[in-house]
Amino acid sequence: MRLLTHNMLSSNIKGVANGFPLRIVAEKVIEKPVEMNHDFLKNMFAKLDWKAFVDASRSLGYVELPDEADASMLESSEFLNKFHHALLELHLEEGALVCPETGRKFPVNKGIPNMLLHEDEV
Amino acid sequence: MASRPELQAPPEIFYDDAEARKYTSSSRIIDIQARLSERALELLALPDDGVPRLLLDIGCGSGLSGETLSDNGHVWIGLDISPSMLNVALEREVDGDLLLGDMGQGLGFRSGVIDGAISISAVQWLCNADKSSHEPRLRLKAFFGSLYRCLARGARAVFQVYPESVAQRELILTSAMRAGFAGGVVVDYPHSTKSRKEYLVLTCGPPSIATVVPSGKGEDGESCSDDSSADEGDRTVSISDRHRPRKKQKVNKKGRGREWVLKKKEQMRRKGNVVPPDSKYTARKRKARF
Ligand SMILES: C[S@@+](CC[C@H](N)C(=O)[O-])C[C@H]1O[C@@H](n2cnc3c(N)ncnc32)[C@H](O)[C@@H]1O
Repeated sequence: MRLLTHNMLSSNIKGVANGFPLRIVAEKVIEKPVEMNHDFLKNMFAKLDWKAFVDASRSLGYVELPDEADASMLESSEFLNKFHHALLELHLEEGALVCPETGRKFPVNKGIPNMLLHEDEV
Repeated sequence: MASRPELQAPPEIFYDDAEARKYTSSSRIIDIQARLSERALELLALPDDGVPRLLLDIGCGSGLSGETLSDNGHVWIGLDISPSMLNVALEREVDGDLLLGDMGQGLGFRSGVIDGAISISAVQWLCNADKSSHEPRLRLKAFFGSLYRCLARGARAVFQVYPESVAQRELILTSAMRAGFAGGVVVDYPHSTKSRKEYLVLTCGPPSIATVVPSGKGEDGESCSDDSSADEGDRTVSISDRHRPRKKQKVNKKGRGREWVLKKKEQMRRKGNVVPPDSKYTARKRKARF
């Protein structure tokens, strides 16, 4: 799972008011290089919750992202490279996502978060 | 013909390791799923500006449908309930991120962040009650409600579905409308039993020009062996099948009998309808005098 997906995901447990962002427990992180697309990055920048994104990148051990960012930074190729790398090239391979409200753990195996709810959570 | 997979077992059981492998190594299936996905993507009507969009593939399986999204330059997140199908997707090194999840439990995404969604040959599974706790109506409601929330305003969702009956199509469609979607059904090749394909085309947000349902392919009885080369110009305005007159049911002289009524009641229960309990009065003939 990439941080792009993490930034869109929230805990869907019944009764949880704010399930975002899921806390990341990282056991194994891998990198897979992909081609950069500026238009996509710009499109995504507008939707991203930057703080959650920075925190998530740090929990994967990547500390290059600035605490705050605004759209003007998308002109800098240095920024774009880091943004691209954190958003699309880092993968949480093994670990867990933790619901911020209930502490419920969603395990991540082979890069796939298990978001299935128990019957009493629906 | 083999019976419908949805009637054989729950999806996570039906799509086990063997079935997932069989499914994904059939060149016929690969070909069909790719065509269905191309058409769904076309019906999504994303802006033609070359910018990759963030899309969902619901019931992504082994990634056959997602591959079409990647081939067209888009970024996608796939959700499926079958670990075996997802394992095959991993082996095939698909580009999308994968989630193990049940669409009937609702999608856990933030509001308004997704640019579009497709689902190929999957949503009809929601009409089954595979567990005693399953209520198709509630599961459809959870699914469409959560999908509506996570889509950007004006974004579309296109589902290719194989409804089992008119009632099932109606159930899916009304659930979508209740969630706030506008849109309808597009039928390609309505005159062919084999090539006939149905797509639910839904738009998120207040009705606008964009919510006009596109037309189906091959409505003039155009030959279907050449789906892919179907001429755009040949399309006519699609019928929404909802408005087709239903076939009159033939009733034999003796009426249907108790067994038939019990069976029907059971079926309706499984679909999540409220049905009166069976009793000794069920399907009993009324006396002529009251
Ligand atoms: C016929 S396959 C299609 C897979 C893929 N879309 C394709 O075109 O090849 C249907 C898929 O829907 C999935 N599915 C069925 N019910 C589901 C549910 N409730 N939630 C998520 N996925 C489901 C099945 O596991 C299966 O992988």
